[in-house]
Amino acid sequence: MEPIISLKNLTKKYGDFKAVDCLTLQIQKGEIFGLLGPNGAGKSTTILMMLGLTEPNNGNALVCGFDATSNPIEVKKKVGYLPDTLGFYDNRTGLENLIYVARLNGIPEQNAKRKAEQLLERVGLTKVKNNKVGTYSRGMKQRLGLADVLIKDPEIIVLDEPTLGIDPSGVKDFLLLISQLSKENHLTVLLSSHHLHQVQQVCDRVGLFVGGKLIAEGDIPTLSKTLFYETPYMVEVQLLESHEKNLTSIQKLLKDLQEVKSIDIKKEKLVITCTEDVTSIIAKTLIEANFNIVHLNKIEFGLDDIYQRYFETTNENLKQTA
Amino acid sequence: MIYINVILRLQMKTLNRLHNPLLYIKESSFLDVLFKKELKEKETSPFWIMVQKEISDHIHSWRFIVLLALIVFTCFGSLYTSIGNLQEALNNLKDPNHSFAFLKLLTVTDHTLPPFHVFIGFLGPLLGISLGFDAVNSEMNNGSLVRIMAQPIHRDYLINAKFTAAIITISTLFISLSLLFVGSGILITGLTPSPEEFLRILAFTALSILYVSFWLNLSIIFSIKFKQAATSALTSIAVWLFFTIFYQILVNIVAKVLMPSHVSNPLQLESYKRVIMGFMGIVPSQLFSDATTTLLVPSVRSLGSLSMSQMYGALPSALPLRESLIVVWPQLTGLFAATIVCFAISYYLFMRREIRG
Repeated sequence: MEPIISLKNLTKKYGDFKAVDCLTLQIQKGEIFGLLGPNGAGKSTTILMMLGLTEPNNGNALVCGFDATSNPIEVKKKVGYLPDTLGFYDNRTGLENLIYVARLNGIPEQNAKRKAEQLLERVGLTKVKNNKVGTYSRGMKQRLGLADVLIKDPEIIVLDEPTLGIDPSGVKDFLLLISQLSKENHLTVLLSSHHLHQVQQVCDRVGLFVGGKLIAEGDIPTLSKTLFYETPYMVEVQLLESHEKNLTSIQKLLKDLQEVKSIDIKKEKLVITCTEDVTSIIAKTLIEANFNIVHLNKIEFGLDDIYQRYFETTNENLKQTA
Repeated sequence: MIYINVILRLQMKTLNRLHNPLLYIKESSFLDVLFKKELKEKETSPFWIMVQKEISDHIHSWRFIVLLALIVFTCFGSLYTSIGNLQEALNNLKDPNHSFAFLKLLTVTDHTLPPFHVFIGFLGPLLGISLGFDAVNSEMNNGSLVRIMAQPIHRDYLINAKFTAAIITISTLFISLSLLFVGSGILITGLTPSPEEFLRILAFTALSILYVSFWLNLSIIFSIKFKQAATSALTSIAVWLFFTIFYQILVNIVAKVLMPSHVSNPLQLESYKRVIMGFMGIVPSQLFSDATTTLLVPSVRSLGSLSMSQMYGALPSALPLRESLIVVWPQLTGLFAATIVCFAISYYLFMRREIRG
């Protein structure tokens, strides 16, 4: 199947600084794709280039079959974009803001009003539709933002940091709303965030973005495998006996296990990293050697760990190069 | 049967129009005529929707209301003083302009209040600056620029819409103000303006609009250049103050330095005068006041110096409108060029600027 978004060697420089560096990425129709990365990683710049709002120095972005740089109007007809700043007119009501955007998209006034009211109901803002946006809370503005991107009947919606500044329960509702809406309208969703576990809840696939480069992409299990290809499993063990005194004997015990890569003490716990899932064998060996296990935990990696892990390695790389 | 129905309906429509002339006007308003094609074929183009929004922003904003009130008050204040002195001015038969009662309304004063055109020269720049100083940076600061640019519109729509909306607002304001002025003049004095007077007042209105749009464009440039609205407002006002006050002081200093020591050679004197005039000629406020004076005081026949031979035999009479226009043509084109240059610069800056801060 032809990807709906296809970025090829996309590069954007501001002076000497490379904001986006040779980015190649494909997103399929109907996917919810998460662009992950710390602040300043080039997520927003990438999005702006996809919409033709910033010209890339090199490479191209094909969105819905149109080149974003040479044919931005066609792209912008099909893509709904919600910037992280939201940018509603505070002195206008929510309804007026929506109608304005609808009319900029060529929807006649009467239709625009009807559609705006429907969408406001869908995102739960009917009660405040005639209040000025200046009086809305951040969460309400975000929901208004969803209505705003949907009013043009887009094929793709792009949300830049959509969960910024909402409280945790609000985030959950909001993400649920996004995934519901995307299913109802058969949308492709691209959302950028630096909140990893939030994105984890809704995204089919994620791309990790650091320093203008896409360092990994895929669904979350695949990602953890690629990033932890040497030691994807970790077992935490706590013994009744002193860890320090018995460290060498334990190391000797587990030396025969080829899968075990290292044994360390971290925060009162033994952390054993291994290439395969050998938790049961480790437990058995320790018990047979008359150790008393009080705690045993197989660690599974979430995005946060993936992230953390990545930064550890890049920092080491940096130190080495320095 | 259907045929008859259609005819009946058509007749009803015409009858309705006859009963309610407003309906007829509504249907054939000039905007309709201008954009008939678009209206029939599709929804109004996004550009005009943006213009509509900008105009409504302007007329709802406090600063516009405040300036409007200020201008209306000064307008009626100067009308009041000029009416008080009109009798005297019209009876002065030595004055070649004594037959132009309505132009007198705009120019006569007893020096307690400046006349209307001087007020416009003073408040016009403020109005222009207030409509333009936060045109782009406010949109940029609250992030609406990116959101609007992500809609399927061309990038220059935004800057063009800002400009067009402000011009429409200013034009409506000045045209209605002039017509009000003339109207109250008719009511109070019982005189009617001659066609020439009316045309002169219209030309003055057009000139005021042009002058204000120059300051508007200048402040739009600053609104693109500076991120803070306050900085761009202050810079615009600084430029305005520089040209209205400090520039003249500077020119005076330069004039003193350049003044020929022995006032013997008239040619030398003439060229000296020209240099000074040239210096003053690049100031927009000077251009405006020169042009308005010529338009509103028909006896002004030259803005430079006249030699004795040119003066010789000239009757102190009023010039026809065409001649007055020829006298101010350089001023008009100068102002026009300055306005266009400012707009071109702001257009260029806006198109080249990164959309995100």
